[in-house]
Amino acid sequence: MALLKVKNLFLHFRGVTALSDVSFEVQAGTLHAVIGPNGAGKTSLLNCISGVYRPQRGEIHFDDSDITQLSPAARTSLGIARTFQNIALFKGMTVLDNLLIGRHGHQDSGVLAGGLYWGPAKKEEIANREVVEDIIDFLEIQHIRKKVVGTLAYGLQKRVELARALALEPRLLLLDEPMAGMNAEEKEDMVRFILDINEDRGTTMVMIEHDMGVVMGVSHRVTVLSFGEKIADGSPEHVQADAAVQEAYLGRSQAEG
Amino acid sequence: MADLLERLGGDDTFPKLLVRNAARHGTKVALREKEFGIWQPFTWSEYHDHVRDFSLGLVALGMQPGDKVAIIGDNRPEWIWSEIAAQAAGGASVGLYQDSNLTEVAYVIDHCDAAFVVAEDQEQVDKILDMLDKLPKVRNVVYTDARGLRKYRHPRLLSFEAVEEKGRALAAARPALWAENVARGTAADCAIVSYTSGTTGFPKGAMLTFRNLLSMALALNDVDPKRPDDEFVSFLPLAWIGEQMMALSAALAVGFTVNFPEEPETVMENIREIGPDVMFAPPRIWENLTSTVQVKIMDTTPFKRFMYERCLPIGRKVAELRFQKKPVPLHLGVAWRLAYWGLFRALKDRLGFTRLRSASTGGAALGPDVFRFFHALGVPLKQIYGQTEISGISCIHRGDDIQFHTVGRPIPGTDLRISERGEILSRSEAVFAGYYKNEEATRDALEEGWLHSGDAGYLTEDGHLVVIDRIKDVMQLADGTQYSPQFIENRLKFSPYVKEAVVVGKGRPYLTAMLNIDMGVVGKWAEKSRISYTTYTDLSAKPEVYDLVQKEVDVVNQTLPAAARIRKFVLLYKELDADDEELTRTRKVRRGFVEERYKVVIEALYGDRGAVDIDTTIRFQDGKTARIQTTLLVRELGQPRGKAA
Repeated sequence: MALLKVKNLFLHFRGVTALSDVSFEVQAGTLHAVIGPNGAGKTSLLNCISGVYRPQRGEIHFDDSDITQLSPAARTSLGIARTFQNIALFKGMTVLDNLLIGRHGHQDSGVLAGGLYWGPAKKEEIANREVVEDIIDFLEIQHIRKKVVGTLAYGLQKRVELARALALEPRLLLLDEPMAGMNAEEKEDMVRFILDINEDRGTTMVMIEHDMGVVMGVSHRVTVLSFGEKIADGSPEHVQADAAVQEAYLGRSQAEG
Repeated sequence: MADLLERLGGDDTFPKLLVRNAARHGTKVALREKEFGIWQPFTWSEYHDHVRDFSLGLVALGMQPGDKVAIIGDNRPEWIWSEIAAQAAGGASVGLYQDSNLTEVAYVIDHCDAAFVVAEDQEQVDKILDMLDKLPKVRNVVYTDARGLRKYRHPRLLSFEAVEEKGRALAAARPALWAENVARGTAADCAIVSYTSGTTGFPKGAMLTFRNLLSMALALNDVDPKRPDDEFVSFLPLAWIGEQMMALSAALAVGFTVNFPEEPETVMENIREIGPDVMFAPPRIWENLTSTVQVKIMDTTPFKRFMYERCLPIGRKVAELRFQKKPVPLHLGVAWRLAYWGLFRALKDRLGFTRLRSASTGGAALGPDVFRFFHALGVPLKQIYGQTEISGISCIHRGDDIQFHTVGRPIPGTDLRISERGEILSRSEAVFAGYYKNEEATRDALEEGWLHSGDAGYLTEDGHLVVIDRIKDVMQLADGTQYSPQFIENRLKFSPYVKEAVVVGKGRPYLTAMLNIDMGVVGKWAEKSRISYTTYTDLSAKPEVYDLVQKEVDVVNQTLPAAARIRKFVLLYKELDADDEELTRTRKVRRGFVEERYKVVIEALYGDRGAVDIDTTIRFQDGKTARIQTTLLVRELGQPRGKAA
């Protein structure tokens, strides 16, 4: 079953075309990678799915309902969460507080009840803390639970950002270069976490990643973009063998041209 | 001497003591584990029920009396449940170090004939499953943490809960079985096979009986009492005899609470939350705590630093007087009180030591400065001495009778003497039953009940034991001068700047040393002294750092006989590491291996050139390699400072 359907998406900024007639489907429970050279429109695509950009034409369907016109917040409450290429956390707050903010959408009690920490508000707070602690345990960040995010190493901040996205308990997780700027060991940890999230929690994921080893190793399906157009879509093996993909990455062979 | 075990009133095995404790104070908290940010308590009766279910589960899976259960993982309740469960089923447990590599793990599992392996998580399970075809004696592998294992489909792999479930089913079918199994055990049964990290060759498995383990715990308790309402944090490997003694023998006999940290990284934080009354740790932990405090004081506000610099000397003075058994004058006593309220109390609270009553260190020598530091704060740190083969402990400092260079006096029920060769021999109820499947080694270690420690030592006039070194490690220079490399290395390591030291000199004209700087402390010093650096290799090669370390070596040289002083040293470009087989798992230097690997460096130490070019590759734990190219300076002592060699 397709959890996410992107249909004939067009996005341009004045004269610059970012996406042109891009269509693809993400099956529920899969790890779907989006790759392509710099400027191919990968992040723009993610921004369209999460609602940061409005495409000029085309439709996005999530769970069989059209979400093209919904605000980012509305999409979040439907169960779409994301992480950013450049970390977007509250640097002055602790890891725990950052994650609890991720639970905001799951909190219904008002200012008064919450402020007094009374009745259902208290129950809600405890339930949210339980969810957050479960994620802290899952991503092995117990030792930094009470550390201020700004003081943490980059690789750990990336992990905290992933944790916050998980705190939303999303059905679709959008990861924008989760491994950018990491060293080999941190990358290995991150790959393991992404696989665990996919397997243990059954979360569907769309991941932009540059490390081809990672992409080919873990993803179920790969979509390739080049200059805003989809040039290939399929299993990692299929995409690797595709002539158009090779051309986009390596250029045209001299002998032919 | 009266049988110590009589005090336990017939409950002379771990399972029997567990049943007793559950019956006597079932609702009292026996164990705590921090999970999901909260300390989750387990009462004695919950503890008992888990052990019963798991034990019967093992029986249901076909465990026979005499079978061994190997356990690998971090300190968790499931670790000790598995151990006592194995014992209740008539078998013994074998602890594996969680950071052991595949060869070590495979060797021990195979050598001890383990029928079951209890592994904590995916990492450990992967290790075992990879080798399973080479381990024909292993019937089942049990995991305690299911994370990442959900998709594993292996016929011999099952979860801890699944085994407990089988146990409950068996208990329903045969309700009397558990009581029968527990009653069948005797004090003479082998409880654990404790594999000692050999500095040479493969590890040997020391068989320890319940009598060994419990008599040692009781004898130690006479001179260093623990109480039922004490708190203890278990964070050192449970495969280590010291942790077995505290978290199992002593905890079961006395009934205090054992707490398990959330993760290895959170240990210090968790100790602070618990505020233990009892703590037992090897020297490196105490050293780390001291240097952490020192580093943090460098960074703190001027006021706090001022307080620290004023108060600590008062504490040191008082501690010194106590060590010399002199009375503390009234004004100094008052000053100490003030210092206590002004600093020590807050500092102890930061470390989590506010309630610490019984603090001990063992396994290696601890520097006098570290001793003074803790005693200055009012933490009564004591030295302990012993071997795995004597269930951990034979000597300990008593009360204020503390001398830095000794390991104290024998605990009650322990006879100690020095052989003609100068070897320390000991005899007590705690001396082990022999090495598992190794008659020859047993014969070498035991003679008419006397345990040969292999350590050279002597007794002082007031009955304290002084340990010099391993007998086989006392070495000779080319001219016949005797020296103990480890003794000198330990003194070098007392410097906060030196993390690891290897002294070379056997059959050579003079002594030299290869040193590892302590990256944290030296790095801090470099920052303060405005010396820029990039990596460990780079920092180690700085002439200023050489100058710094040279002063430390000079200090040590002053205490050594003229013929056995360090003449030259180098600062190595990488840290010695257990993964590279340069250290044992308990961080002891594997001398032969290191001397072989750093042959080029040693040649340079005995050559005329002041430097040696290094071009080598190092291997990381994940199998990746990195190339290091650097020029290693050789520093000769007595050379003018500041000049690059």
